[in-house]
Amino acid sequence: MSNANSSGVLTGSHYLDGDHACSEGAIAAGCRFAAGYPITPSTEVVERISQRFPHVGGRFLQFEDELAASIALLGGAWGGAKALTVTSGPGFSLMMEHIGYAAITETPCVYINVQRAGPSTGLPTQPAQGDMMQARFGSHGDYRLIALCPNSPQECFDLTVEAFNLSEEYRVPVLVMLDEVVGHMTEKVVIPEAKDIKVTERKWTAKKPGEYKPFDANGGLVPEMVKAGDGYCIHVTGLTHDDRGYPAMTVPAHEKMQLRLRDKLLNNVDQIVRWEEKDLEGAEVVVVSYGITSRVAEKAIQQAKAKGVKVGSFRIITAWPFPEKQIAALASKVKAFVVPELNLGQMSLEVERVVNGRCKTVPVHHVGGTVHTPESITAKILEAVR
Amino acid sequence: MTTETAPAPKKKAFKGVVVVNRENCKGCAFCVEFCPLEALDLEEGYNAKGYHPPYLAKPEKCNGCDMCGLYCPDFAIFGYREKLDGAAAA
Amino acid sequence: MSAPVRENPVNKYLRTERMPSIWCPGCGIGTTVNCFARALDELQESGFSLDKLAVVSGIGCTGRVAGYMKVDSFHTTHGRAIPFATGLQLANPELKVVVYSGDGDLSAIGGNHLIHAARRNANLLVVCVNNFTYGMTGGQVTPTTFKPAIASTTPYGAFEQTFNQPDLVASAGGVFVARWTAYHVRQIAKTMGEALNKKGFRFIEILAPCPTLYLRRNKLGEGLDEMKYYQEKSVIRNGASTKDVGLDYRKELVVGKFVDIERQPLEEAMEARMREVLGSKFVPYTTPVAKV
Repeated sequence: MSNANSSGVLTGSHYLDGDHACSEGAIAAGCRFAAGYPITPSTEVVERISQRFPHVGGRFLQFEDELAASIALLGGAWGGAKALTVTSGPGFSLMMEHIGYAAITETPCVYINVQRAGPSTGLPTQPAQGDMMQARFGSHGDYRLIALCPNSPQECFDLTVEAFNLSEEYRVPVLVMLDEVVGHMTEKVVIPEAKDIKVTERKWTAKKPGEYKPFDANGGLVPEMVKAGDGYCIHVTGLTHDDRGYPAMTVPAHEKMQLRLRDKLLNNVDQIVRWEEKDLEGAEVVVVSYGITSRVAEKAIQQAKAKGVKVGSFRIITAWPFPEKQIAALASKVKAFVVPELNLGQMSLEVERVVNGRCKTVPVHHVGGTVHTPESITAKILEAVR
Repeated sequence: MTTETAPAPKKKAFKGVVVVNRENCKGCAFCVEFCPLEALDLEEGYNAKGYHPPYLAKPEKCNGCDMCGLYCPDFAIFGYREKLDGAAAA
Repeated sequence: MSAPVRENPVNKYLRTERMPSIWCPGCGIGTTVNCFARALDELQESGFSLDKLAVVSGIGCTGRVAGYMKVDSFHTTHGRAIPFATGLQLANPELKVVVYSGDGDLSAIGGNHLIHAARRNANLLVVCVNNFTYGMTGGQVTPTTFKPAIASTTPYGAFEQTFNQPDLVASAGGVFVARWTAYHVRQIAKTMGEALNKKGFRFIEILAPCPTLYLRRNKLGEGLDEMKYYQEKSVIRNGASTKDVGLDYRKELVVGKFVDIERQPLEEAMEARMREVLGSKFVPYTTPVAKV
C-alpha cells in the first residue's frame, strides 16, 4: 500500500453530504477516470467530479446512458486508470450486464449506487435499501463481488477509498451501496493528509510481454494487471476464457475459471469482511443493520436498553461478502437478530440463512420512502426478547 | 524494302510464387475468381475438412501480386515475387 | 535450390494459434481483416508501433475479429464496443482505438452509442462489417436487412425501412465516412490507412457476404456469388452526398469515400474548454504509468 497522491486530496475538516464525500473519496484514492449519467439521488457525485477532475488531472465524461457509462469505465480501467461510475436504482439495473462483464474480465472498478425507492421509477428522491440482493445477484450467471455500505458522509469518503483499494487488491468490481439519506445528509467529513490515506496501487505485472497472461493467477487467486498500450498484446473477452484470455468454451475450462473467481473472494473473505459491533457480550438481541437504518437503530437500541434489554449492535459494512462467520458465531449466543431494513426483507434473508434456525430472525420491514422511526425498531426488539 | 525481325523474347526478371496453407483453406474460391491473371484453380483433391484448396494451375502467369492473399478470408494463401537470377537462356 | 518457405505476412497480426477461424467458407469478414492488416503494414512504415493499437469488438461474427488479432484486443458486450472504446481512448490517448463490429451490433443495440460517439466526435475508427444479418445467432433481421429479404425472425420477408448507415453517421457528425464492399480489397486497405491517420469519429461500412444465413435463406448463392454481385453492381461515387447512398435489395451499391472533414475531436474539445475557463488551474489528464 502506498500513500495517497497529495494532488487532489482535499485535506481538512469539511461539511459535505454523502454524495460529495464519495467524490472526494474517489479522488483521494487516485481515481482519475469517471463515466456518468445523471440520476437522482446520485447525480451530485458526478457533478462534483466533473467540477473537481479538471483541477486534479482527471477525465470525466457524461455518457448518453448508463449502458454506456457502465462499460466506459471498464475501458478506462484497461487504459490504465482507476475508474468510477455512479448511479441509482433504474441505472443500476441497466448497469447489470457490465457489472457481470467486469466480474468475468476481473476489471478493477467501482460502481456507486445511491439507493432510492423502487421498483422502476419508484420514489426518485426518497431513500430505500431495496437493491441489496440485486447488488449480489443482479447480473446473470454466477459471480461474486464486494459491496460496501457507508452510513455517514465520513464513511462515504472512507469506504469509497476502501472500495478502490479492494478493487485493485482483488481485481474485482466493487460496489458502494449508500442510500438517498446518507447521500444527501451533510455532516462533518475529516479528510486526512495524503500521507495518512492508504491506497492500494494497481498490481502491475513485472513480467515481460510474452510471459504475462492476463488471467493467470500464478498459482494464487488474483492475476496481475496490465494496461493496453504496453506491448502485452492482451485479449479480454466476456466469453468463458483460459489464462491467456482466449475463449475456451468447454465445461472444464468454465469450471476452472468459475471456481478461481469464486475462490478469489471466498478464500479471502476474512480479509474482506468489515463490520462494526457494539455490546455483543451477553446480548440477548442483536440488531443487524446498515446504511441510514443503522443510525436510526442506534436510537432504538438506546430506547430498548432503557427498558432493560441487553441489546447489541452488528453494523454490516461489507454487505457482500456477507459476514457469515460473525453472524453464525453469534447465532447460538443470542435469542434473536432484529434486522431493520428499508425494504421488505433482503439482508434479513441472509441473516436467516446463516442463523439456520439457531435463533430467531426478526426483520423490521419498511417499504422505503423515508426512514424507520426508532420506535418501530424498538418495538421489535422488545417483542424479540419476550 | 524493310526486313522484319521477330522481337527478342522478353527476359523475365521475376516470377510469382504462391504459398497455400491447405489445411486452413475453406474452399471459398475468392482467390481463384479474383486472381487478375487467372492463374489459380481449385484442386481436385481436398484437405482434412473436405474443402478443395487452390493451387497455382498456371505458374507461368503468376506475377506475385498477392491479390489472392488480400482476398483470402482465412489467411490461407499469399503470393510474392521472387527474383530470377541469371539471364534467361538465349 | 529452393527458397525457404515464407510465412504469410499477415500472420504477424493474427493469433495464428487460434486459426482456422470460426467464420464460414465464403464469409467476408476475414477479407476485411486482411485489408486491415495491409493498412497496418503501411501505418507501421511511418513509425507507428503496433503496441499502441487497440481493437474493440462487440458480439457477433464480426465481433470475433478482436479475438483473432494479435494486438491489445477487447471482446466486449453486445452493442457496447463504442462506449468501452471511448473510455479506453480517453484514459489512454496514445492508443489508436479501432472498433470492429457488425451491422446489428453497431446500429441496432449499439445505435445510440454510434450516434453519440459521432456527435461528440470520439476519436475512434469504427469498421462496420455489414452482412445484412445477425449471423452468430442464426440469421435474424437487422436494421440493414432490406425488404423483402428473409431472415429467421422475418420468415415472410423484412418489412421495415433500413438504415443508410453512412448517412446516419454523417448526420450525427462523423468526420470520415466511407463504404466499400469486401470485393474492393485495395480500396478498403487504402481507406483504412487514411482513416487510421485521421482523428475524430471515422466510420467505414464494408458490405460482406454471409453465405450460411443471409445468402442461403434468400437463395443468393455462395459467398463468391455475392462477391461477384458486389463487383457487378457497385458504383464508386467518391464525395457523394450520403443522402444519395441508400441501398436497396439487389440493386446498385454506391460505394466510395463520402465524407472527409475536420472537426475538433472529443479530447481536444474537452481540454480546450477546460483551458479556456480554468486557465493555469487546469491540470491535464495523464495516462497512469505501470510502475511495478
